[in-house]
Amino acid sequence: MNLVLESLHRRPRLVAILLAVLLAALPFLMGFGLGNAWLRVLDFVLLYVLLAIGLNIVVGYAGLLDLGYIAFYALGAYLYAWLASPHFGLHLPFWAVLPIGAAFAGLFGVLLGAPTLRLRGDYLAIVTLGFGEIIRIFMNNLNAPFNLTNGPQGMNLIDPVSVAGFSFGRPLHVFGLTLPPTYFHYYLFLAFTLLAIFVAWRLQDSRIGRAWGAIREDEVAAAAMGINTRNLKLLAFAMGATFGGLAGGLFAAFQGFISPESFTLWESILVLCMIVLGGMGNIPGVVLGAVLLTMIPEALRYLGDLQRATLGQVVVDPADLRMLLFGVALVAMMLFRPAGLLPSRQRRREFAAEEGLAEQVQANLYDTRN
Amino acid sequence: MALLSVDNVSKRFGGINALEAVSLTVEAGEIYGLIGPNGAGKTTLFNCMTGLYTVTSGAVRLEGAEVQALKPHQIVKRGFARTFQNIRLFANMTALENVMVGRHARTRANVLGAVLRCRKTRAEETGIRDRAHELLRYVGLAGKGRTLASHLAYGDQRRLEIARALATEPKLLALDEPVAGMNPNERQQMGELFRKLREGGVTLLLIEHDVKLVMGLCDRVAVLDYGRKIAEGPAEAVRNDPAVIAAYLGGEA
Repeated sequence: MNLVLESLHRRPRLVAILLAVLLAALPFLMGFGLGNAWLRVLDFVLLYVLLAIGLNIVVGYAGLLDLGYIAFYALGAYLYAWLASPHFGLHLPFWAVLPIGAAFAGLFGVLLGAPTLRLRGDYLAIVTLGFGEIIRIFMNNLNAPFNLTNGPQGMNLIDPVSVAGFSFGRPLHVFGLTLPPTYFHYYLFLAFTLLAIFVAWRLQDSRIGRAWGAIREDEVAAAAMGINTRNLKLLAFAMGATFGGLAGGLFAAFQGFISPESFTLWESILVLCMIVLGGMGNIPGVVLGAVLLTMIPEALRYLGDLQRATLGQVVVDPADLRMLLFGVALVAMMLFRPAGLLPSRQRRREFAAEEGLAEQVQANLYDTRN
Repeated sequence: MALLSVDNVSKRFGGINALEAVSLTVEAGEIYGLIGPNGAGKTTLFNCMTGLYTVTSGAVRLEGAEVQALKPHQIVKRGFARTFQNIRLFANMTALENVMVGRHARTRANVLGAVLRCRKTRAEETGIRDRAHELLRYVGLAGKGRTLASHLAYGDQRRLEIARALATEPKLLALDEPVAGMNPNERQQMGELFRKLREGGVTLLLIEHDVKLVMGLCDRVAVLDYGRKIAEGPAEAVRNDPAVIAAYLGGEA
């Protein structure tokens, strides 16, 4: 196994090709192997990867704890619904609405960031948490006096994605196969996710990325290096929000229905967990975190069937089990891999440095005792 | 025109007057020492000059232009860099990365450039890396570029902070107790580095406790005590000033 890994490591192009083939074939493997329900899960995995990559810019790169990130997802989704559904009778094309939604969310990122980014750590977390809730509550209540969001009922009949006259709303029949729209969504979402990963990866290893890292480490010293900390923090916020808005627009078009229930605090925390679990600041880690935390709860559903088959009834509800395992996983991670499953170089050093310091202190104690 | 002129700067924290009408000028090309007992207001003055604090009253001029209302990053861009008394490196970055961050003030790549990685950005990145290596060698940290800043020896951390500040291409470099906690040998090496810096065209403003180093190195010295400037002039004259002796040793001035 190690030998295989090693030889793969020496052939990055081969790995890239294998990965590309796997990603291209994945929906068919999933669809025919596990059924179309899993294909839908796969689409959601990609949406969450997109969200996690966006939040990672804010939390992982710039070190700004944002607990209301899902609000930008909501804004992107609602903007899509306003511009492409019977609600206002507007049916703008997909390619026009999506960038508008992303920009709209980005604008809100700046609006929220401008007054709040002088706060740090816990204080920023509380304010962003409040912002997330405010957006959700607005969406929940803005059905009167003017019906903007249709309140808790949500908005439906949202236009499906349509690319070059080909609508994603209906299944496609080719070669005697029936391909449901989830296939097309997969490739569309994959394209956007790869784009987001590319942007995040390029930013990370650049003048901008270094400046974010410096702000995260020591804001005063960063300013003393000529870094405009306010603008760069705003930039991180706006970029994260833009990715969130993009994911929101895709979500609305995919589901055809949105309601405030999809944008609860739990969702914000879930995306944050993906980053923390996977490895903050490291793109492969973040992707892994998003994949795991989206897939595992779905896999746990089988436990319900298993219980029914063996015990004749459902003793432990898989939904409860999900939360339990979630907690256990997070605690286990804190104990065994505090920097995440695939930590970034910098994070690994941080935690290693703390451990090293503790060891040193202990060694000093021994020294003085002897 | 003086490179830096501090004009009647006062700083109040609540009811405490940390600085009271302090004035001094630093000429281009000199090494200027700022000394004084603990709590005299030396670091407060540094923070006022570099934009970390806003002055209560008075003016700070850099090459004749007022800078006291500017933000720290703007002051750095005008050619005034600093180090910190309690070393503030980016601890989890390598030495090289630390210095590379210092190039921020003198480089331009924006988000678009970073994402597209066009020729201009690539050339700039190469320039940043080369300059950072050069600066590490200059301060005597050749071969330590890949070491984590927090893993460097204490003296090397001080040197790294200077390299990082130099990366911003300062005309004036303010060093806050750069040899604190060093042994005599290390102090002497640092003194040599300071002379080399001056020869390289950087004006130095030095906060220091080590009177011997200050006297041997500085062209002019100002003494602060309880937020007031009590003496200023050539090192030798200041050393024999009765007010300075009283401030350091106690007693009636």
